[in-house]
Amino acid sequence: MKSELMITLIIFILLFIKLSKGMKNESLLLLIQFVLLGNFILGFSFNKEGSLFGDMFYNTEMIVFQKNILILGAYLISLLCADWLKKTPHLPEFFMLMLSALLGMFFMISSGNLLMFYLSLELASIPVAAMANFDLDKKRSSEGAMKMILSSAFSSGILLFGISLIYGATGTISFAALPSQLDGSSFQVLAFIFLFAAFAFKLSIVPFHFWTADVYEGSPVAATSFLSVISKGSIAFVFISALYNVFQPLHNVWYTMLVILSIATMVIGNLFALRQQNIKRFLAFSSIAQVGFILVGMSSNDNAGITSVVYFILIYVFSNLAAFGVASVIAEKTGIEDIDDYKGLYKTNPFLSWILTLALFSLAGIPPTAGFFGKLFLITAGAGKANYGFIIVVALNLIISLYYYLRIVRAMFMDKNEQPVEKININPVTKFGLILCAVGVVLVGFLSWIYDYIQFLIKS
Amino acid sequence: MNLLLIILIPLLTAVAALLSRNKQQVRWVSLAGSAAQLVLAFMLLFAFQNERVGGNNIQMLFEQNYSLFPAWHINIHLGVDGISVAMILLTAFVVVAGVLVSWNIEKMTKEFYFLLILLTLGAYGFFISLDLFILFFFLEIAVIPKYLLIGIWGSGKKEYSANKLALMLMGGSALVLVGILGLYFSSGHSFDLLSLSKLNIPVETQRIIFPLLFVGFGVFTALFPFHTWVPDGHSSAPTAGSMFLAGISMKLGGYGCLRVATYILPEGAKEYSTLIIVLASIAILYGAFATMMQKDLKYINAYSSISHCGFVLLGIGMLTKTAFTGAVMQMVSHGLMTALFFAVIGMIYERTHTRQVSEMGGLMKVMPFITTVFFIVGLCSLGLPGLSGFIAEMTVFMGSWENTDMFHRIATIIACMSIVVTAVYILRAVGQVAMGPLKESFSGLTDATWNERMAAAILLIGILAIGIIPRWLNDLIRPASEIIMNKIGAK
Repeated sequence: MKSELMITLIIFILLFIKLSKGMKNESLLLLIQFVLLGNFILGFSFNKEGSLFGDMFYNTEMIVFQKNILILGAYLISLLCADWLKKTPHLPEFFMLMLSALLGMFFMISSGNLLMFYLSLELASIPVAAMANFDLDKKRSSEGAMKMILSSAFSSGILLFGISLIYGATGTISFAALPSQLDGSSFQVLAFIFLFAAFAFKLSIVPFHFWTADVYEGSPVAATSFLSVISKGSIAFVFISALYNVFQPLHNVWYTMLVILSIATMVIGNLFALRQQNIKRFLAFSSIAQVGFILVGMSSNDNAGITSVVYFILIYVFSNLAAFGVASVIAEKTGIEDIDDYKGLYKTNPFLSWILTLALFSLAGIPPTAGFFGKLFLITAGAGKANYGFIIVVALNLIISLYYYLRIVRAMFMDKNEQPVEKININPVTKFGLILCAVGVVLVGFLSWIYDYIQFLIKS
Repeated sequence: MNLLLIILIPLLTAVAALLSRNKQQVRWVSLAGSAAQLVLAFMLLFAFQNERVGGNNIQMLFEQNYSLFPAWHINIHLGVDGISVAMILLTAFVVVAGVLVSWNIEKMTKEFYFLLILLTLGAYGFFISLDLFILFFFLEIAVIPKYLLIGIWGSGKKEYSANKLALMLMGGSALVLVGILGLYFSSGHSFDLLSLSKLNIPVETQRIIFPLLFVGFGVFTALFPFHTWVPDGHSSAPTAGSMFLAGISMKLGGYGCLRVATYILPEGAKEYSTLIIVLASIAILYGAFATMMQKDLKYINAYSSISHCGFVLLGIGMLTKTAFTGAVMQMVSHGLMTALFFAVIGMIYERTHTRQVSEMGGLMKVMPFITTVFFIVGLCSLGLPGLSGFIAEMTVFMGSWENTDMFHRIATIIACMSIVVTAVYILRAVGQVAMGPLKESFSGLTDATWNERMAAAILLIGILAIGIIPRWLNDLIRPASEIIMNKIGAK
């Protein structure tokens, strides 16, 4: 429970700061960044394994590692979106919301039965809807938040229905006891499908993805980064654990579902990303396509699947946050969000252009960035089932995704612009965050011991 | 002889170029780095010869094996045989010439040299990799630099060509990826090239995986009908970019075809050899005839490259030891020749600001050095004895003729006929450019500068070395190709 207690402590500290005189935004932000970094470093020690509260909460080394990835993501967001965070009038509230959502995600990853899972999922979703609304004076922010909360509530309803059906079908809600009760009868499969639909909504799997683009576009970039990286990452962790451990007896059912949905997600994500003009919508659809790739790795049903998914999400944290970070800096300083206005960016802001290029190539899966290794391992894991038609479709999607990532690189480096984005003075803290992400993107692929470490964690 | 140096030196050169303060520093650093790599390539050649002469007949020399991702059985496995050494020498020659020819680039010089050296890093790594994953890694590393080089420093419809090139080559890589994964899973989870080649993979599997690999790599070598990226890609690229693309990048495909597809899947090669020969012959003839229609010098060379690279695929498809050796020789010879051709075209373009043959004439009067080199390169292209083109094509023909049946003989005859077509377009282009009346506006043009002379000289030395004393290249390549062909049970 250590990570959860630490996060709760930080939330209370923020609460007390807010209730007392309050601090100026700059110093408060610095304090928060410091505290989050400390949390990340401490995340590697004092971890105990075992279970609490009956078996509602359990902890293993792998879960600790997954939580650390999420904390790292939260820390990077606090660095990268510093410009917007300094200007927002309700900074402590924003972080209280974000950390509450993070807390919910931690409980979700550690949950041991369906009730705990549902509670923590709600704790993880509701604050995010409030975060999405944080640009209080912009209409599209409220619109995005409205869409988020309504779709979220709907999917929670379906989830609850599925949970009650599972209880009816098997007589238990405990994850440990479920596998032995599952025998693949149609009633159980029906219940499972409802559960699957709830996960699919949170992960933006097609056809449950319709909320994604509008919410990403409307929310402030800090909320979007959180949603796209941390929320998706945590749900992916829970999803894979649910499929491999809890619903293993229904393996044949969910394998086919994963293959079909993965192809649909990749194709739709890629096709829609081709047409986007707004950088945030573009990154939203690119995230959807990335989820399609994650599903490829998930379909493998062996240790290689878990390892490659966790590894990929680590890399995805760095690449996606770098991309959103650059978009955030430009949007905050100049209000520009249209890809056409990114033309000629290299002439005026070479640093930002290189970071964005690195991030986009990592998302596309081009060496020497880490994204290459991540994607290749996902595909290799997925190919283990010898479903070669599937793999060929996946490989073809790599090409389509490269095309739209190249569009942006081309705009930045090759296209001419009469009025390019002016030279931006980047906040040193944000610069540090961007460099950190860039280093992560380049190095994580070559630090092969990280992959072995994750593999080793599965045994425990 | 530590093979890691071959990857390390370009990497250090690229980083040093990035850290340089001004343009002159960037240029000299890049030149020093690529020259050092050339020296290293020669050292590799001599060390290799020493080992072979000393009786060491292991297939791959200087092997090194480091575990990278044990969970996936991915190792950094490096090693060279005769074919790899020849390709590394070729790359080193072309890179030094490319660096020299680009001496006067003013726009974003630092980034240009950084991307160029990064590109060569990919090629060097590709030729010494013995692990399929690492091979694929180095193959893909070239995508970013190629795209940026053509898109930023190119000419004509550069963005379109850069896009087309990047996407088509990515398509080829995607097919190669599926093929590699197929090999990985059908062989009990191994990416190691040498161990894969010792396995007996069932024929049904080979029938599926071989076309994936061959077509995937074939896209890089302008296998018909996937050659459409070549004309636009080569013509829109900056000079050093075209030199590298045509000279080396197309050979990555040929090397992949022979090292990965043919070596590991011999039965697959036998099954598809007829199709390969047909496609190669189409490429040879189509490339030659299409070249006759071109009016732009760079397009002439691009289509001519399609035709000459057809010889490489023909040699591989014929499945005899001599033809195979000829295919590798053609890779080396064509690499040097086309690099020199593009270099000369670049020099002419820089002075006349046109690539249209009809707008040029009588350049011999003002640019004797450049036009003489132009003549020599043209003669090499049409296979004049004494130059490397003759040796390579002759070897391919002799090897192809060893197949006595009608189909192979006819294919050989068709390929020989293409030489006539080559002669027509080469002599016409060279003649029109070099001789005849000189335009008024061109009378003030200067001849080659020191860097251009050096670049041309380096490549010419290579061409003449192969053309006059082909023995050393043959002895280098032949044992390696014999090992590959023995697996097929070829003549």
